[in-house]
Amino acid sequence: MNRRGVIVIGLLLVFGAVRMPFERQLEAEHRAAYFHGAQLDLGLREQIGQMAFLAALSGFRALVADGFYLHAHALWERTEWGRMKLNFDAVVALQPRCILFWDQAAWHMAYNASVAAFEDKKQPREALRIKARNEYWKLGEDFLIRGIANNPDNPTLYDRLGFLYREKYRDHCKSAELYAQCSRVKGAPGYARRFAAYELAQCPGHEREAYEKLRALYLEGQQEHLPTLLKWLGNLQEKLDIPAADRLNIPPSAHP
Amino acid sequence: MTDAPAATQHKVFSLSRVTAISSNTLLELVRLKVFYFMLLFALLIIGSSAFTAKFSFQEQFQVLKDVSLGAMSIFTWLLAVLSTAMLLPKDIEDRTLYTILAKPVPRFEYLLGKFLGVLLLLFIAISLMSAVFVLVLYTREQAALAEAAGGVPAELLQSELQQIRAGAFNANLLPGIVIIYLKAALCAALTLLLSTFASSWIFTIIISVVVYLIGHIQPIAREAYLASVTVTPLTKVFLALVSLIIPDLTALSLVDDIVVGNAIPMMMFAKTAALGGIYVGVYFLLGYFMFASKEL
Repeated sequence: MNRRGVIVIGLLLVFGAVRMPFERQLEAEHRAAYFHGAQLDLGLREQIGQMAFLAALSGFRALVADGFYLHAHALWERTEWGRMKLNFDAVVALQPRCILFWDQAAWHMAYNASVAAFEDKKQPREALRIKARNEYWKLGEDFLIRGIANNPDNPTLYDRLGFLYREKYRDHCKSAELYAQCSRVKGAPGYARRFAAYELAQCPGHEREAYEKLRALYLEGQQEHLPTLLKWLGNLQEKLDIPAADRLNIPPSAHP
Repeated sequence: MTDAPAATQHKVFSLSRVTAISSNTLLELVRLKVFYFMLLFALLIIGSSAFTAKFSFQEQFQVLKDVSLGAMSIFTWLLAVLSTAMLLPKDIEDRTLYTILAKPVPRFEYLLGKFLGVLLLLFIAISLMSAVFVLVLYTREQAALAEAAGGVPAELLQSELQQIRAGAFNANLLPGIVIIYLKAALCAALTLLLSTFASSWIFTIIISVVVYLIGHIQPIAREAYLASVTVTPLTKVFLALVSLIIPDLTALSLVDDIVVGNAIPMMMFAKTAALGGIYVGVYFLLGYFMFASKEL
């Protein structure tokens, strides 16, 4: 190598030393803004294969994730739940900031796979079918919990998890907690606060707290005087034996 | 007897000479039919739309955006590396380089003109790809809106339309496209630097591809180098060389996250773009430093 070549390498080293602190700071800023969140580790390499891993490492993560997502969709059509779950694991590992992927993975597990397992005609024992169904609920729940951990700034997955606790587990206390968390996130749907209060009303020991929340919502104005809200408010007024002077004027027909 | 016309004074740096070289470079590259890749790009994204026709509109938009921006990244990178790697060898082979440098054209202007020609080509390519992408996305959005207007109950229609619009194009994609361009420009500058001391264009391309791959895991080497873990001195030297010589390309790989809706704050975008710009400038100047004394 000639003298100039050596100088160029020296200058590259100097440039590298100068840019290093800036790049580290920039990387920290990127991570704080939820960039580069994918965990491209050896576990993922085993899961997706060498070529896909190399492509993901080379800056084509989104494309690789789409490939696995399309494959997961095909597996869903063929009701191959186990393989579908593995594909979704790869998809969300590659694109942890994509709400759609977490949402779909959880939905397929907790709703489609669980129902298929429960109605599996090849399994005559109901106890085992219930066990399989519950395991799929758990897998769906797990996707949503991990999704929230990766996207704490997005209300959608809190909403979905609150719905899962309400509809599948019938765990109104957890559901209330999730809807309440959802309502605190920027961009939350307007119903999140109401749903948190409705679920709390069904959480044993929290009726008074639920009543206060429903009452506060009611006092916000006509737009909150919705049939379900009136129903729960009326029911709780009866249940908690609220003094007549403090009661809100809810028509009996609103809370049969 | 009239006086002889005064000789035109030769300028040390002439923008018109650089412009002439860059426009000729662009013309040469266009004549190489590099724009055929546009056809491939259009087929790819229209094909991906057809492939996802049975999906929900959110899924369709997501796949369309991922495929389009991913294809933009791949094509601009390939275009940058391939066209730059052949710039100097082709001019040497055609003897054009000697014809130009025999005239009062400084080597700096020649190299700058060549490089600007490539940057212009990349700009045109990414603009065309963006236009095709936006057009296909807009068409899909309109189709989804029309479908929703016909099939969604009136009380849910507004929120459905809002969701469709939010899922389609958003302004955050624009900084993402600018960053793809900067990354391609960086790869072009790096390839130019390599080509100033490489003996063949195949060598330049191979090294450029290898640097591109290592550039995406450079932060891992950097963190390992800076961390106070016990490694052998040889490993430490290797990590230091990777960290200091190889560019950090993950800093310019934001589009995978932007495409899923991650917002990039203006200040962060400016810093990222500045880093890309600095890389391009430094690699070009080092390339010139090598080229200035190259025996032709």
